[in-house]
Amino acid sequence: MGSEIIFYLLSALSIFSALVVVFSKNPIYSVLSLIVCFFSIAGHYVMLNAQFLAIVHIIVYAGAIMVLLLFTVMLLNLNKESEPHKSNLIKVAAIVTGGLLMLTLLASLRTSQLPVYVSPTDLGLGTVQTVGKSLFTDYLLPFEISSILFISAMIGAVVLAKKER
Amino acid sequence: MTLIIFKTLLILIIFLISLGIAAYSTYGERKIAAFLQDRIGPDRAGPFGILQPIADGVKMFLKEEIIPNVSNKWLFILGPCIFMVTALMTSAVIPWGLPLEISGVKYNLQVADINIGILYVLGVVSLGVYGIMIGGWASNNKFALLGAIRASSQMISYELAMGMSVIAILLMNDGSLSLNSMVENQGTGKLYGFINISGMNWNVFYQPVAFLIFLICAFAECNRTPFDLAESESELIGGFHTEYSSMKLGLYLFAEYINMFISAAVISCLFFGGYNFPGISYLQEILPANIVSLISVAVLFGKIIFFIFFFMWIRWTIPRFRYDQLMRLGWQWLMPLSIINMLITGAVLIWIRN
Amino acid sequence: MQLTNRAQQVVQKEMTLAERLYLPAIFAGLSITIKHLFKKKATLKYPEVKREFAPVYRGQHVLKRDAEGRENCTACGLCAVSCPAEAITMDAAERKAGEEHLYREEKYAAKYEINMLRCIYCGLCEEACPKDAIYLTDRIVASEFTRGKFVYGKDVLVEKMDDRIDVSQRKKHYSIVNN
Repeated sequence: MGSEIIFYLLSALSIFSALVVVFSKNPIYSVLSLIVCFFSIAGHYVMLNAQFLAIVHIIVYAGAIMVLLLFTVMLLNLNKESEPHKSNLIKVAAIVTGGLLMLTLLASLRTSQLPVYVSPTDLGLGTVQTVGKSLFTDYLLPFEISSILFISAMIGAVVLAKKER
Repeated sequence: MTLIIFKTLLILIIFLISLGIAAYSTYGERKIAAFLQDRIGPDRAGPFGILQPIADGVKMFLKEEIIPNVSNKWLFILGPCIFMVTALMTSAVIPWGLPLEISGVKYNLQVADINIGILYVLGVVSLGVYGIMIGGWASNNKFALLGAIRASSQMISYELAMGMSVIAILLMNDGSLSLNSMVENQGTGKLYGFINISGMNWNVFYQPVAFLIFLICAFAECNRTPFDLAESESELIGGFHTEYSSMKLGLYLFAEYINMFISAAVISCLFFGGYNFPGISYLQEILPANIVSLISVAVLFGKIIFFIFFFMWIRWTIPRFRYDQLMRLGWQWLMPLSIINMLITGAVLIWIRN
Repeated sequence: MQLTNRAQQVVQKEMTLAERLYLPAIFAGLSITIKHLFKKKATLKYPEVKREFAPVYRGQHVLKRDAEGRENCTACGLCAVSCPAEAITMDAAERKAGEEHLYREEKYAAKYEINMLRCIYCGLCEEACPKDAIYLTDRIVASEFTRGKFVYGKDVLVEKMDDRIDVSQRKKHYSIVNN
């Protein structure tokens, strides 16, 4: 009963903060509410007994990536006045893309079956050991491929940041 | 039910102790600074000036509260709050002593023994950046913004090396991230496998390099000299808290001392055996368990106070780094060093176990 | 021209590994600072303990009177001429009959002002004075709220008969220096 109340509170918080991200005029507020959103999602992870995932989510997303995002937004000094005027063509393109995404989401939602929520019985499910074991046995290939992706991104960043000779 | 009451009491006590130690750290800092410079330091409020923190607190509360007109008011207030909350939150996973036994029930002197303890500490510390960034940006002052940017990029950079150096300890601890099990492991077994002093199996004897890296990163995370580029009075007026006044400034300064207290506690738990001390098993034989438990708490606090003193000692010895030196040290020295240390630790562990 | 033998040739040699690690240097610094923890403190607890002034300390000026209470100053203007900061100004007046108990010489300073903000406390005025009239003392010039109040007139500078200021130490010092 108690966990159900917490679940609904967290869900409401995450949906509300996600809406603020989209609708807020001030980009700083968007970033901050995105952080709140990440926190509530981390709360969901904890409810699913995946503490490791929750804390890594907070460290990586809230602790590192969002700080960099906040950095950029603060330094760019985005105001409503300095925002460039968007042409009608871009607006139409945006509406079309958004509609397509919506359509895909709706289609995938219609065909998918929502799984019945089962509270995890195995308490060791979310620990470092189990996550590590499944990453290095069952999901070894995707894990390595994603690390190659990160390496290539890093090399790309270094190349971009390097001075022209 | 009694467990809930005990935990609530424990949280309250830890909260009060953190604040008390932070308050007296400000006094200790001034006193130590004075002593290292052949001065006396504050000695007017009470005998030897021990009431000085109270006087400082009253002064902070009574100062005029100034919120700049051009600042973002909500974020301006939110900044110090976040910084203070994250500073206080870290103490939840630190094991403060051996379990107490009250009327047959054992109570752990730790608020939450979660299986990701040290990651929790790193995660909460990484959130402390927000307090600085939001405060610095909301001030709408270029010095504050520069200070905030310096502070946050410094904290992000050193977090990586810090996490890497901790991994070596985790490897030695059979992959358990719980601070409690780490401290317990340091209290059992023989040092290097043959020196038999109970409660002396400390990680610092196995991992001096990791300790050094962690210590340097702790200095950087707490924005202490030689890494106090976030504040650097001589270049940035006061850094991210330039525009702050009254108790909001007080919160920033206070939270910094709490950070120092917590990082001293984490260092003693990770590398110096936490509440363990040489001869602990002998004392357990001759004294009742609760008294040994209290002694272990006192020992942990002794270690913490030593490290706080060490932080201050370093501050009044070493001058500030230049910013490019800071970044070079973090990325080109500490990061590779901690990765090499981690690899060597893993190799040696595999060699020993086979 | 070599002034001292402490001069050292600057060398820019490659740092050794120990120097580049900085750790030995840091430990050396730490040991130096920790030694100071146990040294005698230089602080004096001011209101209770006061630091002794040197006998030749140059503080606020005094215009002396002689043993009978007559002002020594004869308004010759040598102090004003010698003053490098041009802080001293005065008006001379002739002594009238019946004023012999007030002024020792036939000419006296009707107005005598020192601007304490301009004064650099060099002590040239007391060296220039032929009549033993002006001396610098170990009194410290008090702080004021307005600049105008720092122009001290005769009411402040001339010593009071019931509160005479002892300058014997300075006189001794000057007799040593001059002879």
